[in-house]
Amino acid sequence: MESLFLWVEHSWLGTSVNNSLWAFAAFEAAHLLALAVIGGAVLVVDLRMLGWVFPRQRVSEIAAEARPWLIGSIIAMFLTGIPLLASLADSKYYFNEAFRLKMYFLGAALLFTFLVRQRVAMSDDARANSRMAKAVAVVSVLLWSGVGIMGRGIGFY
Amino acid sequence: MLLSFCQWLAETPFSTGIRESTYIYPVIESVHVLSLCIFVGLLLLWDLRLTGITLRRVAVSEVWARLIPWITFGAVLMVLSGLLLFASDPVRFFGNIFFRLKALGLFLALLNAMAFHLGIERRLVDWDTAAVTPRAAKLAGAISIGLWAVIVVTGRFVAYNWFSPLV
Repeated sequence: MESLFLWVEHSWLGTSVNNSLWAFAAFEAAHLLALAVIGGAVLVVDLRMLGWVFPRQRVSEIAAEARPWLIGSIIAMFLTGIPLLASLADSKYYFNEAFRLKMYFLGAALLFTFLVRQRVAMSDDARANSRMAKAVAVVSVLLWSGVGIMGRGIGFY
Repeated sequence: MLLSFCQWLAETPFSTGIRESTYIYPVIESVHVLSLCIFVGLLLLWDLRLTGITLRRVAVSEVWARLIPWITFGAVLMVLSGLLLFASDPVRFFGNIFFRLKALGLFLALLNAMAFHLGIERRLVDWDTAAVTPRAAKLAGAISIGLWAVIVVTGRFVAYNWFSPLV
């Protein structure tokens, strides 16, 4: 695995970002913009499952409205995150505990969102408003918060 | 006058306490970043409804009523954590070009919100349930999205010292 990180850092992408004065900051700022979008797209569905916003709209309707924004922001996150990772893959991120935890949280959050939460949100009204759905929403908020907190933590580690 | 206030603030035990702490500063900064998801993320949904892009089948007044408690909650967290971050090193922030641009962006975003409130919002009953919103509402939503994007980007750039301090 470390050799992969080493290769990425010395690839064209890694060296171009690393040698530029502005590139890292620009990708970082775009990554932060995508964070705001993903935050809204995740939260509005979780808050609806908890019954805290749009109680008169069906969970499936809110989830369907949020879906293109969720998928679009996840793609934007990867497109902006990969150059950030590539720039210092081996010399910084490979040994960064916060980055490692962020990746575990990210994997768990993605699997949970698309395999579990999506199914509950799209099921019938009784199930989508059940106590189980509320628990799913809480887990979703916690997993995505973990990704965000560990992401911020990379800079402090 | 602003500079002397910043210099005074920087000397207070409150300011030096945050600045020299190991954990308080990172915690405040993490709160600031995570509240961004609540505040900008949900404000974006409101702005997108104004432009007629999302939640078109929900009345504009209902989107506002349901989202505003959360947007306000996010805004309170942003302002409180932001003021604490500013207080930690006021002279540096005051002299940072991106911080000043961010302050200008915040001012313009407030003006835009006021213009919406005093303008097209007064005739909300006429277009409350319309999927296609009036041009003025679309404009207010689009300007808000643009300004908040500028505020987020300039906010991130405050951390960089590409330019020499202005004070």
